[in-house]
Amino acid sequence: MTLPMFKPEDGPGPSFTEVLRKVGIHPFSPTRPDGSVTSEGLRSFDIRHGTTIVAIRYADGVVMAGDRRATAGSSIAHRTMEKVHQAGRHSAVAIAGAAGPAMEMVKLFQLQLEHYEKVEGAPISLEGQANQLSQMVRSNLQMALQGFVVVPLFAGFDTRRGVGRIYTYDPTGGRYEETDFHADGSGGRDARTTVKLGWRPDLSREEAIELAVNALWQAADEDSATGGPDTVRGIYPTVATINAEGFKLVSEQEVAERFASVVAGVNQR
Amino acid sequence: MSMPFYVAPEQFMKDKADFARKNIARGRPLVATVYTDGIVICAENQSKSLHKISEIYDRIAFAGVGRYNEFDSLRRAGVQHADVKGYQFSREDVEARSLANLYAQYMGNVFTHEVKPLEVEILVAEVGAVAGEDQMFHILYDGSVVDEDRYSVLGGEAEAISGRMRDTFQGGWDLNGAVSAAAKALSGPEREPVAADLEVAVLARTNGRRAFRRLEDDEVASALGSSGGATAGVDGGSQVEGS
Repeated sequence: MTLPMFKPEDGPGPSFTEVLRKVGIHPFSPTRPDGSVTSEGLRSFDIRHGTTIVAIRYADGVVMAGDRRATAGSSIAHRTMEKVHQAGRHSAVAIAGAAGPAMEMVKLFQLQLEHYEKVEGAPISLEGQANQLSQMVRSNLQMALQGFVVVPLFAGFDTRRGVGRIYTYDPTGGRYEETDFHADGSGGRDARTTVKLGWRPDLSREEAIELAVNALWQAADEDSATGGPDTVRGIYPTVATINAEGFKLVSEQEVAERFASVVAGVNQR
Repeated sequence: MSMPFYVAPEQFMKDKADFARKNIARGRPLVATVYTDGIVICAENQSKSLHKISEIYDRIAFAGVGRYNEFDSLRRAGVQHADVKGYQFSREDVEARSLANLYAQYMGNVFTHEVKPLEVEILVAEVGAVAGEDQMFHILYDGSVVDEDRYSVLGGEAEAISGRMRDTFQGGWDLNGAVSAAAKALSGPEREPVAADLEVAVLARTNGRRAFRRLEDDEVASALGSSGGATAGVDGGSQVEGS
């Protein structure tokens, strides 16, 4: 390896994906250079899929949650998958869809944000981060057309405006800002309905976490690909808060308590 | 009509080295030293936005003195190299030693093959998992590398500053002690160090994955104002002067 030294006019700027391109690495490109991978060829093996993810705006910022199950066809491929990841200091990205490209996208996105911050000496704005992710989803379009759709959910605390913000994407890289909440993945509909019924603009942190956990519980109840709380193995969904202080994972114990409270509510009916 | 001049290689190299040394010596110096939690780097720099010290990777920092555009492009190249390497292999595989070797190769190449050598000296520092594993590589304009394990001085008046650091250095000192000693070494006996003139950053084991952090002006000021290591430093210096 040599130092990547570029002439000022050829410099890749603060973009990490541009650096990769300049040194000849092409993430998300299908195995054959002409892109002619047949969907039959790729579908002939089992691809892992991640499922339900939720983001809810609350009084201080955003709560994000995701179940832990990955499926391959009708079987459970993985029980402890992490679908909610820290992106920048004040942002998180959650993923649903084909696990391989999704994890690659998260890794690349995290690197992109960090690379920009190091080269420029200042972090990207939240809006800028949302746009970067949109470009990555778009560069996965070729794979998406063959069935490897990745649908990220992006949320963060906008330190310049002092509010939590949520962005959703479609497979073409379309970027849409949601005002209050969103849920995606195979159990997304059920989760969304649950959040819709319980959402208020001034939710406290605890209420927002409980609403997110409830949404995942309802999704798991209706959707076979979404994992519920696994009390036998002690596996609970990933939940994180993003506020003025930054990204913070909610402890597994607290998630378990919120779940207990949701289940108690269900049993009382 | 004009004849090409013959210049002996010795003379050619010497001229380039003199040129680089002279220009580097004009710039403001920089001191890096180990302390309990890692490495602290202290530079004379009045600018709040143009940095001499910056983050390269999780546990690696970069510092440069001399011509700004040259050390800044080296810094960018370092970030790019480290990020690509971490992406292709793993974050653990990104090391200061290999980065320092690359810088040495590049700067050595420029020194021997280009008309104008780089007018910079750089430092690549890596904080280790425990004290004693911290590394500092001081790379000169001609690509020579010096591996330091206590402190490193870059730029003009390096000899004098090194001397002051040698007298005041204490193994296992805390951040305040290290910062104030480094600042005093930079200022010399004639003037008092001022927080606003200093750019200070640390690579601390306690900072989580990204060990790099800049110190705010008030933190630097309180380090300079605190007694402890600072007083010990001054005493040490005067003893040597008296002896």
